[in-house]
Amino acid sequence: MKWARAAAIVFLLAVSAMCLLANVIAPASYAHQFRDDPNASPSRQHLLGTDDLGRDRFARLLYGTRVSLLLAPAAALLTSLLAAFIGGTAGFVGGWVERCVMAGTDLFLSLPWLFLLITVRALLPLNVSPMVSVLITFAMLGCLGWAGAARIICADARALAQSDFILRARASGSDGFRLLWRHLMPNLKPVLYAQFWISVPVFILTEANLGILGLGVAEPLPSWGSLLRELESFSTTSAQVWQLVPLILFIFVVSSFHLVLTKEELQV
Amino acid sequence: MPKLAAKILITVLIGGFLGATLVRFAPGFGVDEEELDSRLSAGSIQALQATRATEPNLFVFYFRYVKRLLHGDLGTSRTLQRPVLQLVAERLPETLKSVALGLALGWSAGFLLAVAIVMSRAWYLDLLGSLLVGILLCLPAAVLALLFVLAQAPSRLLLGLVVFPKIFRYSRNLLARSSALPHVLTARAKGLGNTRVFAWHILPTAAPQLLALFGVTVSVAFTAAIPMEALCDIPGIGQLAWKAALGRDLALLVNLTMIVTLVTLVANSASDLVGKTFRVSEA
Repeated sequence: MKWARAAAIVFLLAVSAMCLLANVIAPASYAHQFRDDPNASPSRQHLLGTDDLGRDRFARLLYGTRVSLLLAPAAALLTSLLAAFIGGTAGFVGGWVERCVMAGTDLFLSLPWLFLLITVRALLPLNVSPMVSVLITFAMLGCLGWAGAARIICADARALAQSDFILRARASGSDGFRLLWRHLMPNLKPVLYAQFWISVPVFILTEANLGILGLGVAEPLPSWGSLLRELESFSTTSAQVWQLVPLILFIFVVSSFHLVLTKEELQV
Repeated sequence: MPKLAAKILITVLIGGFLGATLVRFAPGFGVDEEELDSRLSAGSIQALQATRATEPNLFVFYFRYVKRLLHGDLGTSRTLQRPVLQLVAERLPETLKSVALGLALGWSAGFLLAVAIVMSRAWYLDLLGSLLVGILLCLPAAVLALLFVLAQAPSRLLLGLVVFPKIFRYSRNLLARSSALPHVLTARAKGLGNTRVFAWHILPTAAPQLLALFGVTVSVAFTAAIPMEALCDIPGIGQLAWKAALGRDLALLVNLTMIVTLVTLVANSASDLVGKTFRVSEA
């Protein structure tokens, strides 16, 4: 499946490049309203038509994809760092610290993910700007997603803490933070790498769920959640197939993220 | 058993305390849309805030909450103006019905497909199953719900589609690993039939881990119930949670999260217990 992995990486790079160049490629800003042209069909000017407010769908797709493709990896990075810190320290220190941290992790894992997210989302102030709302949404995903990864990292760190090279490092006078930072963490990199790539599609899917429920990124800033929400107005009788483009792109992007990891990396 | 019950109780109490802390110190606590009404004077806003003023001490706040909880009082929903307990009692059966149906469907479809693939070793079936699961894993539950509404399909089947890919992937990997074990190969070499090899040698090895997955799928199904009920208009606790989130009804939201956490914990513990009993009887 090497070719599938290579194709997925090329596809992700191409989509990312297009989104980063959204300012150049898109015919207008994501919020610009063509008041004379609401609900327009695809044309040379509007490749995917316009929505009911006259906003160019292609521009919104590019900017929305950019939001998800930039911030989901950022949230995954935050999750991986938190998991590395919490799980790594617990596994390395062991004893009651590990037991307490793992009990906390179990508690966190028992909480229903989406219930927790919408609770935290509802706790935020009302008067936040769209940009702040998008940052909060992804920061929230990053802060709440660490538990599963921390368990795996803790188990690995525990095994590593008892390995020969750590014993040798201890014998040569390394201890505490230096041992953790210089010897343990570099050896946890493969697990962290796998956890990072697993988290990215999970966060993209969760943001989409929140967005469709109206609890994600605030308008007029587009995100995949708000773009997919437009499917509500999709009519099977007068099918406007171009409305399905965000969904198709979404499926391709998420499956590409699934394909990035090899079987061996997934089993790390 | 008492140890397990104590563990669940402690977990729920700590979870409740964390929930109460989150609510009490959240930036949006005690704030709602009314305060953004520009027609209201500073005095009116202050009066509004005074009506929502609660105990400033977190521990007293939580103690009072637990005391009320022990008397069977979960508080009153601010948005719906009804006791939370009454709302939950009305809506929980709907969600439990959907979750039960979804789990039954997801488990039977996922497990049967995995068994068919592992036992037949047909590449085309494996490819078909992997493609189907790959697509389903890329679709958020909310999109599936929208597609169900558009297709006018029975919405309760949706949870089955959400659970199915997880069951299929895990069971296929587990059964494939079990079927490659030396004692299974020996049994095959001795001429045992497919059904007998599966029932006597593959399934008992994989069963404890499969049972452990049950608890996880309960949590997955409850989580997917929010978009399903919200978008397909099913009056369950998922829809209630969604309405509470839109209306910033924190008391209702935290209570719902606690109830679902309790159900998830019980399901997880039950599946662990059954798995352990199974292992002991196997040994």
